[in-house]
Amino acid sequence: MSATAARTGSTASATNHRGRTGFWAATGIVAQREIMTRLRSKSFIISTAIMLALILGGVIFASVGPALFDEDTAVATVAAVAPALQGLSGLDLSVLGTADAVRQAVQSGAVDAGVVPGSGPSGLLVLADREAPSSLIQMLSVAPELELLDANAPDPMLTYYIGIAFGIVFFSSAMTFGTTIAQSVVEEKQSRIVEIMLAAVPARAILAGKVVGNSVLAFGQILLIAAAVMIGGAITGSQLVLDGLGMPIVWFVVLFTVGFVMLAALYAAAAALVSRAEDLGTATSPVMMLIMIPYFAVIIFNNSPVALQIMSYVPFSAPVAVPMRVYLQSQAWWEPFLSLAILAAFTVLVIAFAAKVYERSLLKTGSMVKWKDALKG
Amino acid sequence: MLSIHAISRSFNGHRALTDVSFDVHDGLMTGFVGANGAGKTTAMRIILGVLAADSGEVRVDGRPITADDRAQFGYMPEERGLYPKMKVHEQLVYLARLHGMTTAAAGTRADALLEQLGLGERRHDTLESLSLGNQQRAQIAAALVHEPTALVLDEPFSGLDPMAVETTLEVLRDVARSGAPVLFSSHQLDVVERLCDSLVILAHGEVRAAGTREQIRAAHTRPEWVLETDDAGFVRGIGGIEVLEFDGGHVRFSAASDGAADRVLREAIERGAVRSFTPSIRPLNEIFQEVVR
Repeated sequence: MSATAARTGSTASATNHRGRTGFWAATGIVAQREIMTRLRSKSFIISTAIMLALILGGVIFASVGPALFDEDTAVATVAAVAPALQGLSGLDLSVLGTADAVRQAVQSGAVDAGVVPGSGPSGLLVLADREAPSSLIQMLSVAPELELLDANAPDPMLTYYIGIAFGIVFFSSAMTFGTTIAQSVVEEKQSRIVEIMLAAVPARAILAGKVVGNSVLAFGQILLIAAAVMIGGAITGSQLVLDGLGMPIVWFVVLFTVGFVMLAALYAAAAALVSRAEDLGTATSPVMMLIMIPYFAVIIFNNSPVALQIMSYVPFSAPVAVPMRVYLQSQAWWEPFLSLAILAAFTVLVIAFAAKVYERSLLKTGSMVKWKDALKG
Repeated sequence: MLSIHAISRSFNGHRALTDVSFDVHDGLMTGFVGANGAGKTTAMRIILGVLAADSGEVRVDGRPITADDRAQFGYMPEERGLYPKMKVHEQLVYLARLHGMTTAAAGTRADALLEQLGLGERRHDTLESLSLGNQQRAQIAAALVHEPTALVLDEPFSGLDPMAVETTLEVLRDVARSGAPVLFSSHQLDVVERLCDSLVILAHGEVRAAGTREQIRAAHTRPEWVLETDDAGFVRGIGGIEVLEFDGGHVRFSAASDGAADRVLREAIERGAVRSFTPSIRPLNEIFQEVVR
């Protein structure tokens, strides 16, 4: 590829209209069209805006939401025991004249519960309608001493949700832009405009332009999603988002971007095998599997450090597994870098493979070309 | 000059082209004729480098063609297609830029070309919103937008109404007049015969005839004459003459030389009234039928 660039690059730019367009110039022109076509699509802009709004809303709701449903418990009491209750939070306290008045207030439903002097060891009697007011009882109970040995250990439920969140973002963005690149390849093949393009520029420049264009779009979208999460965290002052997820998100963005280049190249190669948009589903399903693996694996294995470690070294699942491990702090500092290096090296191989398939299948029309045949040429 | 030299190409053991050679001269419109499946599209794809030849080569002014040459060619593939959802003007600019033009130059050129082809009003419409005839004009504009140094058009007139054929033809002639070689294929011989300066007839992957109309006629017909007089029986007696058709006062004959034919005319005048003496021109169509067999 670099040899082609060197050969054609030198001849092109000298005059406007002599010689072939250079490899990277052609790549740029193709990439620009891919990006502009997408940015001008109303449905793309609207769906992106909706998604960002949902994410921002979700992050804000996650920290503010529970508080919205916490209602103060209305409690009636008498002056004698009122001091014992006044220090407690979450109670809407009304002090009535007599214990009977309290009893009536509870019965009539004016208050949720009543507290009057009692004969037991606590000296208090809690009155309620039908159900024991557990939060009130808890507040009035004597708690045993408690010592947390690992107060900062990740909450398994939270880990699960974070895993799913990374998985969904990876899955949906990879799908969206993978499908876009596949459709764009088949559109050119189906309309035969690719023949006109091939007469002017090398096939690899067209492929590179498509991969670059869609990767820029995917990177932009992921960056917006990350920004939405961080802004949501900043608005609510969420410790979890700001401290716990900052680094994992950075790693996610970096690995996703590299990983997407790999997937985009595979999508383009798969799409080049078919001549009609109707056959796209069949052709791209193997690539789709590769995207779904990390999504499901992280849901199933998010509590298994060994599985996550393995996944963090597998190129297809690294973009999801590495951020999880960074979040869980279950790896050495150099491990994400090693994962990135493996992913990048693998991506280079995949691009070489995809370029070969793409180049050789582009003009084969009719029924779907087999991967094997595409490689044989 | 664009030369196709000894090109052969097979697909899965099936020979699509066998040792095909012909020239497309600068400033001439060359028609590429042949039945469906004769190999026209394969030959054109090889010229454009979209497809590789098994053997033989394409030459420009006598030297092997390069990617730089091809990037300056205008090409219209057989199966039409531009981006259906892209605006006409926009995709012309896009294609021109891929061919190495600047955005500004491409824009000006696209405007002029669309105007010339009668699509000026529709420049900001998407391709799919145009009628089929207008899509076809847009396709021709796509082949011309980067001011090509040579034109290769696969069936450029199919699907065009007579008006559009004339407009398109005018545009193509402009290109030829500027000195560029123009090659276009058609399976309609009458169209090619009317429009082309030169022809290449292809059948079963082989060139069966090539040259100007006159050259092809000369190569595939013996000179024939038709004489109408009172009694043409004397023609049989003249040396170097072969009578092909005889009916009292009507005779069609071929002559070994123009001189022999002249003798027939002189003799006829001496014998009486010559109502008509004309060289019999074989329709190209007949030659075509014969050579492609």
